[in-house]
Amino acid sequence: MTDQASDYAAEAGQQPDGWLRRFRNLEPINLLWILLIAILCVLVIWPIGFLLKVSFEDPSTGAFTLQNYVEAYGRWRYLEALINSCLLGLCTAALCVVFAVPMAWAVSRTNMPAKWFAWASVLGAFILPPYLTSIGWILIAGPNSGWLNEGWQWLTGSETPLFNIYSFFGMVLMIALNAFPFIFLFTKAGLDMISTEMEEAAAILGSPTWYTSLKITLPLVWPSILGGIIIVFLESIALFGVPAILGIPARINVVTTQLFQFFGYPFRMEVAAAYSMPLLLITVSLIWVQRLLLNRKGFVTQTGKGGERRELDIGAWKWVLLAWCGFVGLLAMYLPGYTMVVASFSEAWGKGLNASNLTLQNYYDVLFVSKLTQEAIVNSFLFAGLAAFGALGLALCVAYIVTRNLIPFASVLAFLCMAPFVIPGIVLAIGFYAAYAPPPLGLYGTAAIIVVAFMARFLPISYGTAAAGMRSINPEMEEAVRVLGGGRFTAIRHVVAPLLKKTLFAGFLLVFIPATRELSAAIFLVGPNTRVMSVLIFDMTEEGRFEAVAAIGCIILVTTTFFVWLGFKLVGRDFMMRTPR
Amino acid sequence: MSKLDLRGISKHYGEAVAVDQIDLSIEEGEFVSLLGPSGCGKTTTLRMIAGFIRPTGGTISMGDRVLSSAQTSLPPERRDMSMIFQSYAIWPNMTVAQNVGFGLKLRKLSKPEIDRQVKDILRITRMDHLADRYPAELSGGQQQRVALARAIVVRPGVLLLDEPLSNLDANLREEMRFEIRRLHDEFGITTVYVTHDQGEAMVASDRIAVMNNGRIEQVDTPFDLYNHPRSRFVAGFIGRTNLVGATRVNGGLDFGGYKVDAKYFSAEVGNREGEMEFSVRPQLLRLIAEPSQAVQGRPVVPSVIEERSYLGENWDYVVRPEGARQSLRVSALPSDLHDVGARVFLEFDPAGMVVL
Repeated sequence: MTDQASDYAAEAGQQPDGWLRRFRNLEPINLLWILLIAILCVLVIWPIGFLLKVSFEDPSTGAFTLQNYVEAYGRWRYLEALINSCLLGLCTAALCVVFAVPMAWAVSRTNMPAKWFAWASVLGAFILPPYLTSIGWILIAGPNSGWLNEGWQWLTGSETPLFNIYSFFGMVLMIALNAFPFIFLFTKAGLDMISTEMEEAAAILGSPTWYTSLKITLPLVWPSILGGIIIVFLESIALFGVPAILGIPARINVVTTQLFQFFGYPFRMEVAAAYSMPLLLITVSLIWVQRLLLNRKGFVTQTGKGGERRELDIGAWKWVLLAWCGFVGLLAMYLPGYTMVVASFSEAWGKGLNASNLTLQNYYDVLFVSKLTQEAIVNSFLFAGLAAFGALGLALCVAYIVTRNLIPFASVLAFLCMAPFVIPGIVLAIGFYAAYAPPPLGLYGTAAIIVVAFMARFLPISYGTAAAGMRSINPEMEEAVRVLGGGRFTAIRHVVAPLLKKTLFAGFLLVFIPATRELSAAIFLVGPNTRVMSVLIFDMTEEGRFEAVAAIGCIILVTTTFFVWLGFKLVGRDFMMRTPR
Repeated sequence: MSKLDLRGISKHYGEAVAVDQIDLSIEEGEFVSLLGPSGCGKTTTLRMIAGFIRPTGGTISMGDRVLSSAQTSLPPERRDMSMIFQSYAIWPNMTVAQNVGFGLKLRKLSKPEIDRQVKDILRITRMDHLADRYPAELSGGQQQRVALARAIVVRPGVLLLDEPLSNLDANLREEMRFEIRRLHDEFGITTVYVTHDQGEAMVASDRIAVMNNGRIEQVDTPFDLYNHPRSRFVAGFIGRTNLVGATRVNGGLDFGGYKVDAKYFSAEVGNREGEMEFSVRPQLLRLIAEPSQAVQGRPVVPSVIEERSYLGENWDYVVRPEGARQSLRVSALPSDLHDVGARVFLEFDPAGMVVL
């Protein structure tokens, strides 16, 4: 405090004019601003700048060229991958709507019993990362050893499997089972805003319930649903895990797996950079469209709480809807989760469920024998913890400066914090690779590059949480400290920090949880000593070691569940269930 | 010498002018209110005094020390002031006692001394039984008292209040007006009070500065503001009034359709040339049935009742003097009954008619 006091004494008016005073007036806050800009450059501007630069550069001479683009789009195979990605996104979004809209309607508007049941399905889908869902389902519906197909062939004597998970539809199903919560949350948020009076106004004119729901309710939430569809579409086209695990064996190429192949042999980073542009452009423009949609005026759905809501009595249909919620939960969570748990305790999955097949060996190997898995587990939590800590610290500084309007152009900082939101993780990773992996920095395979990339990837989540927390603190709370004689830092320590406790906690977990399971951003950046669980799972799946994979999967599942539980316990019911931005 | 001096204080936000060249001197121990409609610049002025906003022109000084000018601004924590905020800004993470003791802690008082002073002030503000409660468990009025106690306990050089009562319900508001004045009388702290409620300002203040459009229109005691407003805005903002235009005509004043003899007015008013405007308070007009009932020396004008409404404590009549273009509002006792359409006589009190 004494430093600051002397600073301020200089401001009191008795100081000589000129540069000396000007220099003393340079509050610490301005230095902080410069520091923050520098950090955000490292996190956001530099990688994206390098991505663009590399895509226009001849790798050997460094001269400007369009050759990378010609190569990236010059082969049918590559173009086909682009088309496949779009198809995948569209089909997934459609399936998600089928899964989620009835659930959202049932929870928000009807007298369906046991609504927690639907919430459990949604939460389960969030807890299980898509690559684990896929692995669970490989054990269920793999063409040779999946019990569904074995059972089917045994029952009918058929030679062909009932359902092959290694297929386009398999990919769609897996991603949809993971992404439907987005549409659920968006739709429910929209439905929650519609006053029952809207429906009653139709009913009093003689409209039957189903007609009202179709003609009044649904159109009112359509922008919200569309907003969710866009998010699901973007998630699907940017996802690496599912296409890599299911698509590569089925010889279905999509953008993300193609990008991965450019990083294989022959190594073509500059072509990958050029090839990632559509992903970036589509994301940026669709997010823009989504914002327009959700900001549109005239729809009551977006103008705040729309008065009273009463639950609609839908008679026996409520059981149908409840069954549907259960069915979706079964596909998304219970079935693959259960299968994975069983597999993790099995000597060999193919031998079926019996006492002689039971073993703890998989866990023993993973936890105590294999250095590889031990390292990966430690790395995952370490990197995730550091990234969550760093992102939160940065986000808090920026949120404080922005909400308190401490310096001009603070909104630039906020914009940079939110920018990674429109950059798919896999594209960000390529940018980081381009910027920091080659000499002179040569950070490839170091922990630093992964932690920093994770920080950048999840910065928007941190910033959203931090800014919301800061906005909820009336500036007068701090002014009350200052007017009583405390400096800004006293105010932060005694008032802001204690009031932000929950926010800090939520902000940390909201990054930590996804960061422990992040695959798309990690796959290009990990080196031999910095592998994380998700990458290891991917590698071991390629080798077909499903029992060990299941054991690691269960470890992820248990720890994630624990942290989510901790979040609910300490932060409250809102945790993870707010409408994603 | 005055305690707090504002000289030519201005605040510009780009082109927009929030506060325009304000001069105001506040004496030691004085209670001054800044009164005005929302957006008049009163809160900006208060926050410049507190040091949260730096003026773009002028100086604020306390004693012989310059606190703020366009070049320098002493930060709020070094001004020896305290403030009560519109939201109270009671820190929810601290108990009542911790909230109140915080300022003392910053002043590095010993623990027993802090305890003693906190106890004292909580007793004075009648909050002693709530010392260990958290703010969330308190009612709005109680939070208000905590804010008061927290601000007063440090014995600030100047106490600032930013619309402190606007979040309370009507009864509590009335009670707290007197409470604030009582505490002021007890401690004698120089106080600046911002409000848009003239009732609050009139109850508590020694002087009121009426602000409009970033300027101070008039600074006066509540009595003088009401009875001798110097501008149309002040006349209209403090209490209700009729604003009536008049022109000098042969031997009298023409009030837009009816004439009153010049002899009724003071020489100064009666001899004035050209156009003028009067503020006539509704309660200084009287309705009588016959001209003979008029008080000696007051003019009477035949009129018609146009509207009336009963407000409980009085009648609110709208009366049009015969031939008049503008009708007048008259506040009458409940016993003064006149039907709509009735012909009555309107008695003016020239002493209470203020030329603006």
